Amino acid sequence: MIPERLVNWVVFAGLLAVPLWAIVVDEPFTITLVTRAVILAIAAVGLNIALGIGGLVSLGHAVFFGIGGYAMGILAYHAQTYTSLDLFGLSLAGTKSMPIIWLVAIVVSALAAWIIGLLSLRTSGVYFIMITLAFGQMFYYFAISWSTYGGEDGLSIYVRNGFPGLNTLVPIQFFGLCFALLCIVLFLNARLQNAPFGLALNAARQVPTRVETVGLNPMRLKLVAFVISGAITGLAGALFADLNRFVSPTMFSWQLSGELIVLIVIGGVGRLYGPVVGACLFVALEHWLGALTEFWHIYLGLILLAIVLFARGGIIGLLTGKEGAHV
Amino acid sequence: MSTLLIIEQVLNGLQFGVMLFLMAAGLTLIFGVMGLINLAHGSLYMIGAFAAAAVAGATGSFVLALAAALAVAAIAGALIEMTVIRRLYGKAHLDQVLATFALILIFSEGTRWLFGSFPLFLDIPDYLSGPVTLPGGIQYPLYRLTLIAVGLLVGLGLWALIERTRIGIQIRAGENDREMIAALGVDIRLLYTLVFAIGAALAGLAGALVGAIQSVQVGMGEPVLILAFVVIVIGGIGSIKGAFIGALLVGLTDTLGGIFLPELFKLFMEPGAATQTGSALASMAIYILMSLVLIWRPTGLFGARA
Repeated sequence: MIPERLVNWVVFAGLLAVPLWAIVVDEPFTITLVTRAVILAIAAVGLNIALGIGGLVSLGHAVFFGIGGYAMGILAYHAQTYTSLDLFGLSLAGTKSMPIIWLVAIVVSALAAWIIGLLSLRTSGVYFIMITLAFGQMFYYFAISWSTYGGEDGLSIYVRNGFPGLNTLVPIQFFGLCFALLCIVLFLNARLQNAPFGLALNAARQVPTRVETVGLNPMRLKLVAFVISGAITGLAGALFADLNRFVSPTMFSWQLSGELIVLIVIGGVGRLYGPVVGACLFVALEHWLGALTEFWHIYLGLILLAIVLFARGGIIGLLTGKEGAHV
Repeated sequence: MSTLLIIEQVLNGLQFGVMLFLMAAGLTLIFGVMGLINLAHGSLYMIGAFAAAAVAGATGSFVLALAAALAVAAIAGALIEMTVIRRLYGKAHLDQVLATFALILIFSEGTRWLFGSFPLFLDIPDYLSGPVTLPGGIQYPLYRLTLIAVGLLVGLGLWALIERTRIGIQIRAGENDREMIAALGVDIRLLYTLVFAIGAALAGLAGALVGAIQSVQVGMGEPVLILAFVVIVIGGIGSIKGAFIGALLVGLTDTLGGIFLPELFKLFMEPGAATQTGSALASMAIYILMSLVLIWRPTGLFGARA
């Protein structure tokens, strides 16, 4: 069986090598595909902090993905129409600068995660799943009825936002940016897992009562994890919107929340590289199966069913021969 | 804003509520007895609607269409219970969510493959179409009134089944202690399949009944499924009574909110902005209701204390 560390390095190298190879053979579309996988991976890494370490099965993470998307959409829309954004009596200017957009996406989704978390974490188990799903739907319908920013049709942004010193319209440069962010997020995740906070959170998932006896508040640990998780997924949403130069209420849809969980489970729950492997596989399946048959979701469903019923540790679990991520 | 309009909207809310109840009852029963969260319940709703539309198209009989919806959804439910769902009892909720999410993908794409992407239409039969005049001079569609009656009758039947029959006793016992009733000689596997099939049949019936006033299309089940989740979160998971009251609350809030919130905001805002704010808030009304119930009672109105 292959050691997990080796699997991780191969995936990491592959993610860098494929776009570089695509430049050599001049296939810009491949770079866009890999960028898509990288962005979905960031979103799933975010979810994996809540789901894998904290054990919070959130079926509403599209909320944060959508908030990130709309943060980018709204700011860029005001910048491209030269209108001001009126908020609580303040008149703000839009922006086309990625760092500012990312910051706004992170802050707003963290805030939303804090409020949703405060409400949802009053419950646990199935209630938590259903409530996060319901909050997702609430944002979805809100985005549809909010006609100022396109309602059901969404918002198109004509030119990709800028990053100081880079030309983001060149696919490989935008890929580099996303890849760097994925590395940062993975590094944070790895640090978090081994930090006292991560260990306490891990314990709170397994035996909440014991954690409480030690004097820690499991509810607060989970809330902090949920906020961090939401913020990272929000950042991914802003990148995703920039990749497509388009935002619409579908970024809030429950299918997207479901797919984010699917990414993690295909790769391996609670593993550092699980979401990355899952995202790559998902985008590859979507591309190849989607070209073969219009009904590729049937096959995705069957693969998923097989993984849930027979391969509990996901692809990384199959490769390393270890079912559980937490030893 | 006349009294007639208010009564009409209350009836619309009730009709929506009882249809939600048909969905929520199955979900809450399945969760209560088997401890399973079933995302594919919306697919069974869709299957019922498609079976009804196909049979109505072939035979022209609405009664046969309803019978087909019940039968096909129940059979589909029993089949997925025996092949997939059975392996998920006692597993982590995450596994249940994923496996039933996979079932949604398979059923949705499978239906698209069989019937195509265009919506089908199921017509209301002649003897149920047209308005009736209610006491007080209100004109209301007979079909919607029939839906309310059917929903209430099914609710009553379900109550009788669970409270008054031998199977009901076994179901209630299964909720409390599955090992004990297995030891007493009840075939628990058969009982679970039966409960799942009953839930599926109710979802299929709801799909067929609602399919006649909306269009029958792929993906019609999931919005209703999520509303049914809101219903059982409000009512308390596992409680049929909670599902009934939660369904009526959600149905009324959603329908009345959509009509009255924009009007309410017009009292102190300019009409354009009022319509915008009112309808945006109306689309969120039931989720706000759910949050309020959760703050007050985290396990729902009639849920067991955790």
